[in-house]
Amino acid sequence: MELVGIVVDKSADSRRRFGLRTRMIVARVAQAVFVLWAAITVTFLAIHAMPGDVVSLLLGENRNDDVLRASIIERWGLDQPVWSQYFIYLMRIPSGDLGTSYTLRKPVSELIAEMMVPTFQLAATALVVAVVLGFLIAYATTGRIPGLRPATNVLELIFLSAPPFWIGIVLLAVFSFNLGWFSVVDLSSWQSLVLPVTAIGLPMGFYMAQVLRDGIDRALEKPFSLTARSRGLSWAGVRRHHALRHASLPAIPLIGLVAGGLLGGAVITETVFARPGLGQIAVNAVLVKDIPLILGIALVSTFAYIVASTTADLVGVLTDPRFNTEQKG
Amino acid sequence: MMVAIALPEVAPARPRLRIKRIRWSVVAAVFVLVVAALAAIWPQVFTTVDPTYADPALSHLPPSPQHWAGTDFQGRDLLVRIIYGARYSLLIGVGAVATSTIIGTVLGVTAGSGPAWLDQVISRALDILCAFPGVLLALMFIAFTGPGLPNLILALGIGGIPSIARVARAEVFIAKTSGYVEQARTYAIPSWRIVLRHVLPNALGPLPVLVTLGLGGAIVGSSGLSFLGLGPQPPTAEWGLMLADSRSYLRHAWWTGVFPGVALTAVVIAATVLGRYLQRRYERRLR
Repeated sequence: MELVGIVVDKSADSRRRFGLRTRMIVARVAQAVFVLWAAITVTFLAIHAMPGDVVSLLLGENRNDDVLRASIIERWGLDQPVWSQYFIYLMRIPSGDLGTSYTLRKPVSELIAEMMVPTFQLAATALVVAVVLGFLIAYATTGRIPGLRPATNVLELIFLSAPPFWIGIVLLAVFSFNLGWFSVVDLSSWQSLVLPVTAIGLPMGFYMAQVLRDGIDRALEKPFSLTARSRGLSWAGVRRHHALRHASLPAIPLIGLVAGGLLGGAVITETVFARPGLGQIAVNAVLVKDIPLILGIALVSTFAYIVASTTADLVGVLTDPRFNTEQKG
Repeated sequence: MMVAIALPEVAPARPRLRIKRIRWSVVAAVFVLVVAALAAIWPQVFTTVDPTYADPALSHLPPSPQHWAGTDFQGRDLLVRIIYGARYSLLIGVGAVATSTIIGTVLGVTAGSGPAWLDQVISRALDILCAFPGVLLALMFIAFTGPGLPNLILALGIGGIPSIARVARAEVFIAKTSGYVEQARTYAIPSWRIVLRHVLPNALGPLPVLVTLGLGGAIVGSSGLSFLGLGPQPPTAEWGLMLADSRSYLRHAWWTGVFPGVALTAVVIAATVLGRYLQRRYERRLR
């Protein structure tokens, strides 16, 4: 909504070479790159802020292995001053070299690449479910069907309050063990995905619905809704053609936020359903203090989160029709 | 706009009644929170049984008049363990919210009332903190510092800092441009005193709302981390830990996986209902 004020002020903008939209996109991408750089720097600082020497921290339980010790000093440049160590680190991470997990004796990037597939599958499917569900619930509850709205309010409160891993446990008890509908043992079939996706997609769907519904309600109070009604459009038509489109604009950047939440939710939900994935190796890495691996997972998921939220914001800017009039001027 | 139609009679303004409508949902929420707090501080009020007392002969009994919530795999009474479990969930939740509130307020007020460069530094630092998905931030923190109750509280508290700091900063900006601060300036009161006496108390207005709403999230987060085995260790009675235990026996004993979660969800719902009520009241006061 605050964009309106900027668009009206054309006298200042027409002097600039690029449109408002282009400048917003550049600023957003620059911000994403900055946060990414900062996240890498934070992990570097965290390693060096720990008490004790860096080599022992990275080696974990292998700290007495002299061969590994020598190789790590060489690779991280630990015999050089801190500034050049930082530079080596900063160059290495974006090239995909996330170091080696000395506990599992494998490159971190290899471990993550392997485990990312099931996690991504789970999070992406849940995202689709959440978005579709969000639109359906929001559309249905603004339809003035008596009793539907209070009922969804109660469901919303429950699903947004209950921890996703508990929803997973209940789903498992009811649908897998009691009714025997979805097996979660055979991980190759799509059926094993149904319950985990429900466990994290359902709460996010209710969250999306909440935001969308507020947007629809607000749009319906606007004069254009009354005009559309006076033209003879049905209540459902106004909601479908006018209110929903207005409400989805602020919801697009939200999808990026939801994607980040789903990634975190996937980590715990994988444990509930004993699914392999980033969550499983992350938890193990924390338990055995495998620092290179946990840093790698944190960086990769931060990267995924930043890419998701930036893309969502950019899609929001690109689809916002209020910028179209701006560029002609 | 609407066409004005001359009404035959103007309805008289309804007299404002002093009696407030009782919101039963809020009463219920406060009740749940009080019961949970009582169980956390003084569990002996509710039960005299030891939460770690195990009788293998009684393992996996379904809910019955003797064991209202059934028993777990070691034959421990589930309800007793749920009552004692309130202590850890509430302790970690309250601790985490306190951490993020204190650090968040200090950062937010500093950013809002300090020099512009400091505001930039703090605001960018908060952006970076937000870039890490919550669960992974906590996992990373625990990987570096090791498991244990204080680290768990800190790990969860750090994730909550940005939201509180941002609200506090925005409130400071609102207070700074207000008439009462302007008037205080005309009296040549030193700026640190204006911040302490006028800006700070007004910037803290929305805090009760944020704290109550944040409590639910922190309790969910703490139970999630102990579910992963990063919180209190067995045989401690803790809700997340009890749910983790239940996974292996879910096929025969559904109650072990359901009831600890019901207690957990009830407390979170209560915090959310109370938080939303406080939010509505706060927003109404502003108007």
